[in-house]
Amino acid sequence: MKKMVVFQLGAEEYCLDVDYVKSIERLLPITRVPNVAPFVKGVINLRGVVTPVIDLKLRLELPEEEITEQARMIIVEADDVEVGLIVDAANDVLDVDEKDIEPPPEVVGHASKEYIAGVVQHEKRLLIILDVLKVLSREALDYEPAVGMEQ
Amino acid sequence: MDMNQYLDVFIDESNQHLTAINDHLLALEKEPDNLNLVHEIFRSAHTLKGMSATMGFEEVADLTHQMENVLDQVRNHQLAVTVPLLDVLFTCVDALEKLIEAAIEGHEADVDVNQVISALNQAAGKETAGEPSPENQSELTSNGVMQALDEYALTVIAQSQEAGFNLYYLKVTLDSNCLLKAARAYMVFRLLEEEGEVIQSYPSVQEIEEEQFDRTFEVIYISRQEAEPLKESVLKIAEIEQVELQPLSYDELKRVEKNDEGRASQQKGEKRETTQQKEQQQASSGGRTGMQRATKTIRVNIDRLDKLMNLFSELVIDRGRLDQIARALNHQELLETVEHMSRISSDLQDLILTMRMVPVEQVFNRFPKMVRSVARELGKEVELVMSGAETELDRTVIDEIGDPLVHLIRNAIDHGLETTEERVKAGKAAQGRVELKAYHSGNHVFIEIKDDGRGINRDKVIAKAIERGLVGEDQAASLTDQDVYNLLFASGFSTANNVSDLSGRGVGLDVVKNKIESLGGQVNVDSEPGQGTTFSIQLPLTLSIITALLVKVGDETYAIPLTSIIEAILVDKSEIRTVHGQKVLDFRGRVLPLIWLKSVFHVDQDNEEGNLLPVVVVRKGDKMAGLVVDQLFGQQDIVLKSMGRYLSQIFGISGATILGDGKVALIIDCNALIK
Repeated sequence: MKKMVVFQLGAEEYCLDVDYVKSIERLLPITRVPNVAPFVKGVINLRGVVTPVIDLKLRLELPEEEITEQARMIIVEADDVEVGLIVDAANDVLDVDEKDIEPPPEVVGHASKEYIAGVVQHEKRLLIILDVLKVLSREALDYEPAVGMEQ
Repeated sequence: MDMNQYLDVFIDESNQHLTAINDHLLALEKEPDNLNLVHEIFRSAHTLKGMSATMGFEEVADLTHQMENVLDQVRNHQLAVTVPLLDVLFTCVDALEKLIEAAIEGHEADVDVNQVISALNQAAGKETAGEPSPENQSELTSNGVMQALDEYALTVIAQSQEAGFNLYYLKVTLDSNCLLKAARAYMVFRLLEEEGEVIQSYPSVQEIEEEQFDRTFEVIYISRQEAEPLKESVLKIAEIEQVELQPLSYDELKRVEKNDEGRASQQKGEKRETTQQKEQQQASSGGRTGMQRATKTIRVNIDRLDKLMNLFSELVIDRGRLDQIARALNHQELLETVEHMSRISSDLQDLILTMRMVPVEQVFNRFPKMVRSVARELGKEVELVMSGAETELDRTVIDEIGDPLVHLIRNAIDHGLETTEERVKAGKAAQGRVELKAYHSGNHVFIEIKDDGRGINRDKVIAKAIERGLVGEDQAASLTDQDVYNLLFASGFSTANNVSDLSGRGVGLDVVKNKIESLGGQVNVDSEPGQGTTFSIQLPLTLSIITALLVKVGDETYAIPLTSIIEAILVDKSEIRTVHGQKVLDFRGRVLPLIWLKSVFHVDQDNEEGNLLPVVVVRKGDKMAGLVVDQLFGQQDIVLKSMGRYLSQIFGISGATILGDGKVALIIDCNALIK
């Protein structure tokens, strides 16, 4: 059995292994960080620790939407990297039987397949399991900054 | 019993002993006749052996045991201190370092202990192939307790014998699995004291209490009890493996002493050894008083200090916030209280910062050995002179400064110093000299690496720079010496014609420079042809709290470290000129290029009103630039926070801080902005 945190992105339900989750926070004031990939929304003050936050929808190449009051930040930690993921809502925690996990089908909603570890059927709900390590991979950060010297 | 709780102590102490062995070996190399040094090394190896055996690190115990055997021969004049022997001993230390590291991390070490041991045996000659026989050992140690008897003890013995007491020599061996050796020894002592008096013990009672003994200890004991019942009652104590009991008489003791003296006068060497042993005892008792003084300090896990620092930085943030509120309310009592709190917290800040300071010695310690091996590899004779090792730096800086220093020292030996033949030809001493000096000055610590080698060859550097396309041929002639030296730090630069094993590791001085700048420091190089080269590193005392100027760009707040700022000025737009498409300003007769932070950081808002632009003039070395902002906010103490590993390299940003209102502000990296 694996415990999974379930969260909402648009109309779809996703989940991720609770082992990665450090906490779930309401939206905190975000300080924009310049010259980084667009999905990095900036940094927050998480009880004295400066933590980057990324817009998970943008990260998964889903269309961008306005961030609402209901939005939550799931603070995840993997590989010594700590990041807040902005999601539309974080609903609950579920026990998922590992043998119910199926490999990702060719088309799952809109999210790019490479960030999906699998899908699981849970009481008529289809949950998409997020591949946290892929999402946090720093390769995607290689973003050429446009140097702004006034020429 | 769980050993893990002792692991920290083991790590600390084994490192201390390894460092001690290292230092003494290096000293021994300089004065091979100094047997005191051999004793010191022996002692450290012995303690290491004991500790590692207790911790169950068999290989470490084995190796140190063999080292002891060899060292024992040296101090008994059966073996001379030679270069090959020192080499083997150094190899042992290396192997020990690796073994201990591996043991701590809980994996197998990549060291062939048997090979090292056989090298040791080879160096020691055939005699060491077999271990010294136990009788031999017991004789050696029984001499220990006999020798430890002083005049007073002898008088007591003489009197008690006249009074009809029996005199015994006891040798107690503890079980090899015994964990609380001091406790068992204490039980033995207590039992003995019930029935008589312990005249002398070897090692001393204090050493036994501190578990500074292997498995056996010896005592001279007087009692009315008969030998057999005495032996039996001692054996009843748990974890006692063996008790050797010999009745003694006062005359016998006297004879032992006379024999000792007789031998001593015959053999000068041994006489020297006994006096040395006495000296050593004095030294060790001196060390003990030192330890007693040291009990006033405690070890604190560095994580706790980091946490303390973190919590304190929260306080600094709140202090800023309170200050703001008090000013806004203009409430007199509140203002006074906040001011008092500010003063206390700045004292507290100083205190916490000094707690995090550690002597640079920690880094310097490993250099003598490194210099030795690098010098041998290159076939050069090098003397390393270190000073100011007690200079203190923030721990975070200490952790980072090691690698750059290693690089600069290697560089000095490899490129700075000439070969021995060249030096002799140039009329210099055959032995090259590398000086490593640390000192305090103002809010900075300086570390200098100075060699007395050939100096930097200007023409060679320029030729290389042109070849690498770093400068144009036309520019070359107009470069100042300082410009030329700074080329060494350009990326992809290396003047060594043949890539040596040492410096050709694909890292150039540019890496050193980047590292030091990332620590908020600077590197400078100065050179005198034929006389030598000096690299000078300037480091901030602490990285945790800095003073910064807060500025607004659009509605975002940024912090600029005060150390980079020359001045903040208001500039009339009409004064701005354009040169080669670059907006510049005449600043005290110098052309100051202007950088609009708004465009560097892609800030959308455009609220440039009025004709006056706030400009922060910043510098990087002797280059300057003007950062155009929207508003100047005033200066403030800020706590440096890392942005975490995820966002480690962002153009123009060196880190973040948390402001009084709880929001994060980014810290501008002026070095990156100035080209």
